Amino acid sequence: MPSIDTPAIQVRGAVKQFGSLQALAGVDLEIRQGEFFGLLGPNGAGKTTLISGLAGLQRLTAGSIQVMGHDVIADYREARRALGVVPQELVFDPFFSVRELLRIQSGYFGIRKNDDWIDELLASLDLTTKADTNMRQLSGGMKRRVLVAQALVHKPPVIVLDEPTAGVDVELRQTLWAFIRKLNEAGHTIVLTTHYLEEAEELCGRIAMLKAGRVVALDSTPNLLSRVSHHALKLRVAGLSSLPASLAARDAVLQAGGLEIPFASHSQVEGLLATVREAGAEILEVEIAKPDLEQAFIEIMEGEGA
Amino acid sequence: MSTAFLTLLYKEMLRFWKVSFQTVAAPVLSSVLYLMIFGHVLEGRLQPFEGVSYTSFLIPGLVMMSVLQNAFANSSSSLIQSKINGNIIFVLLPPISYREFYAAYVLASIVRGLVVGFGVWLASLFFSWSGVAHPLWALAFVLMGAAILGSLGLVAGIWADKFDQLGAFQNFLIMPLTMLSGVFYSINSLPVFWQQVSHINPFFFMIDGFRYGIFGQSDASPWLSLAIVGCAWLALTVLSLQMLRRGYKLRG
Ligand SMILES: Nc1ncnc2c1ncn2[C@@H]1O[C@H](COP(=O)(O)OP(=O)(O)O)[C@@H](O)[C@H]1O
Ligand SMILES: [Mg+2]
Repeated sequence: MPSIDTPAIQVRGAVKQFGSLQALAGVDLEIRQGEFFGLLGPNGAGKTTLISGLAGLQRLTAGSIQVMGHDVIADYREARRALGVVPQELVFDPFFSVRELLRIQSGYFGIRKNDDWIDELLASLDLTTKADTNMRQLSGGMKRRVLVAQALVHKPPVIVLDEPTAGVDVELRQTLWAFIRKLNEAGHTIVLTTHYLEEAEELCGRIAMLKAGRVVALDSTPNLLSRVSHHALKLRVAGLSSLPASLAARDAVLQAGGLEIPFASHSQVEGLLATVREAGAEILEVEIAKPDLEQAFIEIMEGEGA
Repeated sequence: MSTAFLTLLYKEMLRFWKVSFQTVAAPVLSSVLYLMIFGHVLEGRLQPFEGVSYTSFLIPGLVMMSVLQNAFANSSSSLIQSKINGNIIFVLLPPISYREFYAAYVLASIVRGLVVGFGVWLASLFFSWSGVAHPLWALAFVLMGAAILGSLGLVAGIWADKFDQLGAFQNFLIMPLTMLSGVFYSINSLPVFWQQVSHINPFFFMIDGFRYGIFGQSDASPWLSLAIVGCAWLALTVLSLQMLRRGYKLRG
């Protein structure tokens, strides 16, 4: 049995070569049990390749991966039992109904009688009325939910979702996230790749940013956000006709009675307000704009060079 | 036997059974057409074995041909469809060993081959009945033949990236080998050159061995056939298991 200190996922020196293309160029990553972890990066960064390595769908050219302490090659049975994967592509088996598919998937994991859990999954994912419907007759959003259910038939401690909300409507996205969040609160480790940065910002405790097969940033979500100096003090002011030198030095911008001053730490706010008053302005309104992950993402990606 | 193996076997059987009109009824019908047409045209003109009418001679050949073709079709079409559709990942993600994977796909192929073969045999009873001389010999050849073609289908299904490639495998390998195996004639009636060609064709020994089981007569010794068919089976099993163990084409 893996102890509580065993990382949920441990990636060491992962390299994956497709001919001359290096999809993974030496990735090291450790994800602790119980984390809600985000894997971000532009298209082609290697996110899906890393997940494929993790799931044993592709073999690494070099390096090793462990899931709950089990090597995905040498100890593949244990590793795969510990892992549930929701693939990026909307794949399905057209021969079967939803329930048949979930029973079969349970059987592959050695579970014979799983109907109680299957019913619970169907209910949580709002699929109960579709249980006996053939996969072909389901909408894209429903197929996506079946994929989630399929990944969970064996109650894996580690759940990986590869862009699960791509092309999914807003309402379903909310349902899905509520469900995943509940799983995380119940102790499951969640790893997710997404294109919706606000999603990652809202859900993930830690984030790794991947670019051209390398981890270019790895930190807690708040730390990652504070690395970009995009907190800004937004003021509406009266009595200021031009930007005083003391503020211009701080990259402030004055535009039609609105003054925007970027800052790095909240401890600077009082000082900035004082500076504005000293310049003879009257402050009418104060707002603090938070940095967003999108900005952090762009800066980090650009900062790392092409 | 593990639940994973039994589930995969069940899934593979359910898959063809759900479309049994195409996978069972259609091949039975085409064999019956062969039997009607060839039997009618050639009855009385050819008598490959002493004391055996042409139609009776033809039946075991057609039964075996159906078994072989359908065993191949089952594993190969299942795998290529899953690969192209992408749902192959559902059997690659769970902890199923490569041996279990092999056994499930090949056994399901054997079952499909036997179901179709049995259907052809039942239908043939309307035409002729000629007992079974050595049931164990017949069973041995039908099982090994189905296992060989099931494995070959697995190899082809894993190797092929497109339906075209699988089609080529079927048209340029399986079909000629079946047609040159003496389903419709005794190879002794062929020119010497083609007799020699037939003698390097394992399909000939599968069908000839099966005929020995039915009639107690055959072109080659059943022991020789058994040895050759057994070797072919062993070779394909080793090849299939090696491919699966390395994850050839399935785990890039
Ligand atoms: N099977 C494959 N053969 C060749 N190249 C591949 C294969 N799979 C992925 N790639 C390439 O590897 C890189 C990483 O792809 P991927 O992991 O899918 O990125 P992401 O999921 O981050 O969008 C891309 O350049 C992609 O084209
Ligand atoms: Mg991807």
